[in-house]
Amino acid sequence: MVTVSMEVQILFAGLFFLIGLIGFLVRRNIIFMLMSIEIMLNSAALVFVIAGSHWMQADGQVMFIFILTVSAAEVSVGLALILQMYHHYKTLDADALKKLLDSDVTEK
Amino acid sequence: MNTIFYIAVAIAIVSSILAITNRNAIHALLYLIISLLSVSVVFYILGAPLIAALEVIVYAGAIMVLFIFVVMMLNIGMEEETEKQWLTPKMWILPLILAAILLVIFIYVLKVFQYEKTSAENIDPKQVGVALFTTYLIAVEIAAVLLLAGIVGAYHLGKQKKKTIHRFYVKSPSDKKGII
Repeated sequence: MVTVSMEVQILFAGLFFLIGLIGFLVRRNIIFMLMSIEIMLNSAALVFVIAGSHWMQADGQVMFIFILTVSAAEVSVGLALILQMYHHYKTLDADALKKLLDSDVTEK
Repeated sequence: MNTIFYIAVAIAIVSSILAITNRNAIHALLYLIISLLSVSVVFYILGAPLIAALEVIVYAGAIMVLFIFVVMMLNIGMEEETEKQWLTPKMWILPLILAAILLVIFIYVLKVFQYEKTSAENIDPKQVGVALFTTYLIAVEIAAVLLLAGIVGAYHLGKQKKKTIHRFYVKSPSDKKGII
């Protein structure tokens, strides 16, 4: 159906991944970092579907469904962590999370 | 068909760049939804109708709504101003233009390319389902366990912890610390 060569399609998917990676590295707001992870997962799924349509196999689409599952689980846990982080630190800046210990434990 | 592919990919890339560079989380989510819709168009053109539908339903429908709910929950104390800001028509023009291009593509594809023409190269949902529940059955069960872990983790982390206050202490509204 599409006669665009597979290299060009995968190049587009790579560009898509690159946008997500740059967003993940540049932004410090943790919601935007999670959104960039979503873009990266989506581009990886795009590569699977491109390969599956190239070889006319259903395996690529099955892999997409698994990536969708992983992404849904990751987003639910990640957003709960963001809520906890906002509850504790009152900020969404990822650089605020510098210490693993509780502040009152370190003061002692 | 190639031009449709290029247009959809261009919309995906433009809208995801706008999503990453936007300062407002709700506007960024709007662009991200447009990006997911255009990737869904790409999936449909590549001959994966089931995946295109799942992309719209699960990604743009469920996961993005989850994001929007969390962004709404985190905007504490400045609802009125931000809502007024979100509802300005200026912010909706560019996403609307991108979505309108996608709608035109969608109508064109549905009208010009009938299912019989495309079915030769499509991988229909039946094939995917057969592969999913025969070859990849163990992976489906592992995915179920992963989702269970996701539910338990989200429930445990999302639970608000109760502040331990002494049972004889009555907290007054002026006292912020809650310590006797």
